[in-house]
Amino acid sequence: MGEVILTMKEIDKSFPGVHALDHVNFEVKKGEVHALMGENGAGKSTLMKVLTGIYKKDSGTITFEGKEVEFHNTREAQDAGVVIVHQELNMLGHLTVAQNIFIGREFKKGLSIDDKKMNEEAAKLFKKLHIDIDPTETMSNLTVGKQQMCEIAKAISHEAKVIIFDEPSAALTETEIEELFKIIKDLRKQQLGIVYISHRMDEIKVITDRVTVMRDGTYVGTLITNECTKDDIINMMVGRVIYEDPKEHSMVKSDAPVVLKVEHLNAGRMVQDVSFELRKGEILGFSGLMGAGRTETARAIFGADPKESGDIYINGKKVIINSPEDAVKCGIGYLSEDRKRFGIVVQKTVAENSTMAALEKYMKGLFIDKKAEKQVSEEYVKSLATKTPSVDQLVVNLSGGNQQKVVIAKWLVRNCDILIFDEPTRGIDVGAKNEIYKLMNKLAEEGKSIIMISSEMTEILRMSDRIVIMCEGKKTGEVGIEEASQEAIMNMATREIG
Amino acid sequence: MSKSGAANSQNKSIVSKLGGQKFIVLLVVVALIVFFSVISPDFRKYTTFMSILDYSYYIALMAIGVTFPLITGGVDLSIGTGLICYSLTGGYLIVQKGWPVWAGIIVALLLSIVIGCFNGVLVAIMNLPPFLATLCTCMITRGLGSIFSNNFGISWPTADAPGGWFRSIFKITVNGTKIPLGFLWVLLLVALMAFVLNHTKIGRYTIAIGSNKEATILSGINVKFYHIMAYVISGFFAGLAAIAYSAVFSTVQPGTGAGFELEAIGGAIIGGVSASGGVGSVEGSLIGVFVICLLKTGLPYIGLQANWQQIITGVVLIWAVLIDIMKKKKEKVV
Repeated sequence: MGEVILTMKEIDKSFPGVHALDHVNFEVKKGEVHALMGENGAGKSTLMKVLTGIYKKDSGTITFEGKEVEFHNTREAQDAGVVIVHQELNMLGHLTVAQNIFIGREFKKGLSIDDKKMNEEAAKLFKKLHIDIDPTETMSNLTVGKQQMCEIAKAISHEAKVIIFDEPSAALTETEIEELFKIIKDLRKQQLGIVYISHRMDEIKVITDRVTVMRDGTYVGTLITNECTKDDIINMMVGRVIYEDPKEHSMVKSDAPVVLKVEHLNAGRMVQDVSFELRKGEILGFSGLMGAGRTETARAIFGADPKESGDIYINGKKVIINSPEDAVKCGIGYLSEDRKRFGIVVQKTVAENSTMAALEKYMKGLFIDKKAEKQVSEEYVKSLATKTPSVDQLVVNLSGGNQQKVVIAKWLVRNCDILIFDEPTRGIDVGAKNEIYKLMNKLAEEGKSIIMISSEMTEILRMSDRIVIMCEGKKTGEVGIEEASQEAIMNMATREIG
Repeated sequence: MSKSGAANSQNKSIVSKLGGQKFIVLLVVVALIVFFSVISPDFRKYTTFMSILDYSYYIALMAIGVTFPLITGGVDLSIGTGLICYSLTGGYLIVQKGWPVWAGIIVALLLSIVIGCFNGVLVAIMNLPPFLATLCTCMITRGLGSIFSNNFGISWPTADAPGGWFRSIFKITVNGTKIPLGFLWVLLLVALMAFVLNHTKIGRYTIAIGSNKEATILSGINVKFYHIMAYVISGFFAGLAAIAYSAVFSTVQPGTGAGFELEAIGGAIIGGVSASGGVGSVEGSLIGVFVICLLKTGLPYIGLQANWQQIITGVVLIWAVLIDIMKKKKEKVV
């Protein structure tokens, strides 16, 4: 490890209603791989976005190569030598490898683009990195791993001095990860500074020199990787004081019947052999880090995505669910994490959204009985305490919390007994959050069964009767609320695979 | 629509109370009539209005139908050539094969439903982009029409010939005065389909698909079926338009029809159907069609060639689409 090349000091950044970064410190030395860790929403990505000019910091200083800098966009950061390799690849599938690497700064020969020179330059780059890729190959023909190598080559071609890897291994196979590590070690030898964001504990131990942990937008501390254990890191990640009381006992009656049983569900890489049971009146928390496969599991159960195999039993009877239509008929309702995209029809009224899943109940022959529709939506506006001037209000005009209530109403109107809440309080302010919690508890008391997917540890501990933990598409654990602790859950959510 | 959105709905402007864009377009229609009438004495004649109405029926009927796929966020380009195809098919059976007129009409309508269903399957089940799917059907119906008619123009029976009764569906003569009965049917069909759009499942889900297809699927609705229905409606109204066309014009020529759909789609969009789906009304589409028909018929009366109508219609369309885009921008500022 050499001298410090990049220092971020007292970085502060607020978004409306969120203090995203609270005086965070971070530094990278030449020739080191520095892990940046933390739960979802801890502020890792925000910090890197501030560094590369995507967000403007409110206060604090960034020193790069001894000089104070402020990049206004990724282009400026690139030109200075700070490059980010994104998790989701920004590749143009129809262009060749070389064309992708030199996009935006093509070599020219007169007026035309000099493809030959670009291919030569790309070949040189690959040779330097010991990567075996043909620069004239079309990008979409490459595997995800190879595409990522191209991203790295592109970063290097910018004369990068600091490279940020944002969860680079998430989509790679074992052998591809090995190749990636070889390249990273190579870059380290060449005295580049490397930031490595990842949730995978085992990788952190293998590849990084130091670990900086963030939590809830604050800097927690920096450790030398060789001198710490996984438990040290986890304790730093979750060591928050929980303000809201966690649930102490399961509220489910001991003789409550199983309403939903999922056995050996498989659906792509993100859902591998998932089995669990949901009982009447239970709130079953699904915990895990980003990309653990929780939403994918929910969508597969709901029939929104195809399944490869697995059985689903409702009230003990095996059911076939191939589409959301089938799922709704089985009494399952799904509240998506992305309300605007999947949950509501924003340009329609509260009444129209409320009856959307159960319109046949409000028909008079061929026609919609608008009076009955209005009546039932008013009932639910009242019982859910939805704040809207009238049920004729367009949903787009409601706040996030109230939109969520309209989606809940939609499934209650349909008499769904099993409700899947996917990140029920995302983008909802604190007051409205409590209301949604109360509502969920009330629903459970009334005998509805709830699956709650949440990335917020406090939410999981406060709401769940039992918790299923997933990691990289597999169920890695299940605990009752009585035995659950932040540390135990985080341990299972970051379990080393294989 | 900002925080004040809630307040907005309670004290809406007079214009939006009266129907928003529809109302403005209706004013445009009235203004056009007044304008042409003032400038040209010839325009003020009863026969002119008769010919405008004659000309409007088939476009209006197509516009009623195409409003549905447009609201789903799609389009149906096959209605123009489809119209000619159905008309030729029915006419061929009546004139060449001696079928009774009612049977010819039924076959034409059945064919229109089949073609509409075909479009729907291509779009909703095979996932072809609506533009492409219906462009292909446009070509297919054009070829089919020519084959059925053996490449000859076909004249449906004239008003006084046996079997000419169907022409009086659209126009009857009472005491020497021609009464545009067709307009009444168009108004009734507009009322019917406006009801379908606003008060039935088909209509509700048509709008839902256009607003947010993903959310509609995840609400457990059989989206494929309702998506197909939008194209069936469009096809069926092209079939009705074929009957109107056969009744109003003396001869139907194979190979024509391409371009009719643009007047119907243009009318619908001028009348407030959003080019990106989710928004629109049947009555608005009808009013929009009259803007186009008035321009087409009226401009020659003030000494402008009919070609100008196309240019002006194009400009009016841009204006209509811009209004739509501006509305969307306003909504985004939440």
